[in-house]
Amino acid sequence: MVGIYSPSLITDWLVPGRDLFLTIHILGIACFLYIVAKRLVPLIRAERDLRFDRPLTRLGRVLKFWLGQWRHPRYKFAGTIHILIFAGFILLAVRAFSVLIVGVSENFVMPGLSGKAGHIYDIITDYASTVVFLCMLIAAVRRLVFKPARYAVPAKYGKGHTADAVFLLGLIAILMVADSLFSASNVAGHAQRGQSAEALATLSLPWLFQIAFGSMPLATLWVLNVTAYLVHEVTFYFLLCYRPFGIQFHVETSLFSIYFAKLERGALKPVRWGVPDERLDQVKSFGVKTFEDFTWKHMLDFYSCADCSRCADNCPANAAGRPLAPRFLTIKARDYAFQHYPVLGKANNGKSLIGNIYSEDEIWSCTTCGACEEECPLLVEYVDKIVDLRRGMIDDGNVPQSLQKPLKALENRGNPYGKMEKKKADWAKAAEFQRTCSVKILDEDNSARTLYFVDSITSYDDRIQSIGRSTSRILSHIGEDFGILGAAEKDSGHEVRRFGEEMLFMALRDHNTDAIKASGVQRIVTADPHAYNALKHDYKDVPPVEHISQVIAREVRAGNVQFNRVENEDKVYAYHDPCYLGRHNQIYDDPRAVLDAIPGLKRVEMKRSRDRSFCCGGGGLMLFYEPKEEQRMGVLRVRMAAEAGANVIVTACPFCMVNIEDAIKVAGMEGEMSAIDLTELVDQHLVRKVCPEKNVALETVSCGG
Amino acid sequence: MEILVCVRRVPDTSENEIELDATGKDIEREELVYSVNEADNYAVEEALQIRDRVGGNVTVVTVGGEDDEEVLRRELAMGANRAVLISDDAFIASDGRGVATILKDFVQKGNYDLILCGVQADDGAAQIGGMLGAMLDYPFASLVNSITVEEGKLKVSREIEGGNRELNEIDLPCVLSIQTGINEPRYVGMRGIRQVASVPIPTLGASDLGVQKDSVGEAAAKVRREDYFVPALSNGAEMLHGSREENADKVLELVAARGGLK
Repeated sequence: MVGIYSPSLITDWLVPGRDLFLTIHILGIACFLYIVAKRLVPLIRAERDLRFDRPLTRLGRVLKFWLGQWRHPRYKFAGTIHILIFAGFILLAVRAFSVLIVGVSENFVMPGLSGKAGHIYDIITDYASTVVFLCMLIAAVRRLVFKPARYAVPAKYGKGHTADAVFLLGLIAILMVADSLFSASNVAGHAQRGQSAEALATLSLPWLFQIAFGSMPLATLWVLNVTAYLVHEVTFYFLLCYRPFGIQFHVETSLFSIYFAKLERGALKPVRWGVPDERLDQVKSFGVKTFEDFTWKHMLDFYSCADCSRCADNCPANAAGRPLAPRFLTIKARDYAFQHYPVLGKANNGKSLIGNIYSEDEIWSCTTCGACEEECPLLVEYVDKIVDLRRGMIDDGNVPQSLQKPLKALENRGNPYGKMEKKKADWAKAAEFQRTCSVKILDEDNSARTLYFVDSITSYDDRIQSIGRSTSRILSHIGEDFGILGAAEKDSGHEVRRFGEEMLFMALRDHNTDAIKASGVQRIVTADPHAYNALKHDYKDVPPVEHISQVIAREVRAGNVQFNRVENEDKVYAYHDPCYLGRHNQIYDDPRAVLDAIPGLKRVEMKRSRDRSFCCGGGGLMLFYEPKEEQRMGVLRVRMAAEAGANVIVTACPFCMVNIEDAIKVAGMEGEMSAIDLTELVDQHLVRKVCPEKNVALETVSCGG
Repeated sequence: MEILVCVRRVPDTSENEIELDATGKDIEREELVYSVNEADNYAVEEALQIRDRVGGNVTVVTVGGEDDEEVLRRELAMGANRAVLISDDAFIASDGRGVATILKDFVQKGNYDLILCGVQADDGAAQIGGMLGAMLDYPFASLVNSITVEEGKLKVSREIEGGNRELNEIDLPCVLSIQTGINEPRYVGMRGIRQVASVPIPTLGASDLGVQKDSVGEAAAKVRREDYFVPALSNGAEMLHGSREENADKVLELVAARGGLK
């Protein structure tokens, strides 16, 4: 890369080139380090976050999500453009350093990049800068002409971000052009002097520039060369120091954000990292109330967000017109952080986040479905932040009236409905049901291998009790020795925890843990994904837990259950992935395998399925919350099923059932669309051996199973 | 401003199934769960909000037994400065007038500018506030749904039939009975209650307050409960099975037939 006359050798300016560029380097780097140090101040004042474990797993994730850009292709066009830019940056990194150093050391060659390797690298970077430049053009056209809807900024969140985005694209484009001009004028200069020069990559930007400007007089070329260098130098450092003021900061922070990203799905962060449950009473304040209550990793997330809006694009709350878009949860926090911790001057007095940065409705609007986290290319976390903000609101007594009643009922009665404990097992005592299946209630006299954890809604809701009965009949049919806890079972507390009421959750968890241990069961089965997630991730020291769909799928694969043919040929089924079965626990295939094992069952996939499933409206306490919204999430979901050509929605979650059945009515689609739980569908189609004299199924205990 | 709020612990009807006991004059209390009476909770919240605006203290008081301490603790967790339990064997089975007498003696021991009660208890007769006001010779306003503090007096609005409201000026000290919906009471979680677990709650008896024992308790009660009824279960709802339009027409017809539409 030796120039016609290296910029470092300029002597006829006010200051020698070497001194000028050395000064720019030092100033640029010092400025960048100062800004970064300022940006780190809040992270140091932040709450603890223990993320230094499992380095190999974390490195693996860096390879996959950072270097491998794993999630980008989920949005094909934007993703491809980003992958190209990212690859270009990675390839150009070494060149960028070399070019900078050439300004102060004329004969510098990056070790390992002399001779043939250097030439190959030059060819690669010629193309890389060309590709990045073209991507900048395409991205700018996309922003200015095509204006994808997801980038729009609703008025309540301030002005649009297009100008800033285009400005950044322009800076990068200038960098690429300057670099290419510098290369082209170098090579052209060598050629004019009759020195041997490496050929530029055909059709690359430097190649084009060489053709355009190569025949200029040597003196002009020299001016072009030095000007290009100076522009490159200044733009590079301007960009470096400008990035920490906006979305481009992710260039620096994304590596760390992804390395330190959360590893466990479905689990929630503790109230305070490093504080065990029994010492929680000593913690003065719960949750996030001011900015410094966030953990350093959550602050890093704010810096890393690239404003791509994929989170908001997938957020059901946003789609339903609730006052929540995950993207702005982050952008607002970052804007506040920059204002609260200015680059010049001291940090000013913090204010409480709720009421100033966020609205209460915004924070209660989230169903914790996890669609945002599933989509974010930078693995930004949202559910933990929402829950932490709710913990803060609960701690301040700031809870909507609609949620206070069920929370109090949970405290008093162990279920959000305020129903009597002694009626918890009434669903299993209905005479009609008992004729076909008897359910043991586990106590001192009755034990079983498997616990069926029913949870509140299935125990008490008239419609949902049917899921409990179907689940029991299925467990009986496959010969499972099972029982229920009855009055001793309290709500799993899954939503209690996700609504921020940690202490109440702990009381429920401790009660249930004791009851489960006392029952002596070896495993737990549940048909409620929320209970499943709680038992799996929120409880400790309880036997292994499975969702009923996993149990049925295993029996199907083992050939232990057979299904009758679907009677109505006109029915087309679509499986709706419940958030806490799918996204949070990755159970996508088992329910589908069960459906596909039913002969004659026609199944279609909705456009949004599996990890892009669309939340039905939320479970547990979310059923009590009265959101401000334009329409119900469930209605949107039911329409998606209709669009896919389905007329039956199969769910595997009691809350999905409530929301979807309601939505079918609200959408006026009764008669055209129906909903059924996986267990109900299986129960209807099981091939049963019939006990001849009583004409009841064999699983009835009285028939001697 | 020194504010006193009179609260009661009641079985919350939304969390209990009320059944008659063997005598048929009272309810089965074996499996009941109790809460602060809803309207009283609104009164406490209002008192806290007034205190936070103009300064002063909020005291909560209840007449009852040891079990009733839990509601006082909940109100302390909400933010009340002080709680007092009034309990004495002599007070058992007092009628409304008896309870008002006890509270009157308690109020006279203190120095309160404003006394709030809930509009009525879930199992009550909405009588304490009025009687207490009369016994103290304080002005009384019932069904209050907003309070503005002014110098030596309050502006209170009252809910009256048909959703109408009236605005009154009332001199301090006074007694008000608070309507639900006047505010949005803050949430009290388990953590809040644990944090006030060790705050002492003094118990005062007849001799502490100077209550004349013959004016309270069962012997002095002039109202005695004769019988108790729980609503009989009706035959259930009438289900409409037509199309949406037909059902809508039918509902209109039914509502109109029962005088629901004018």
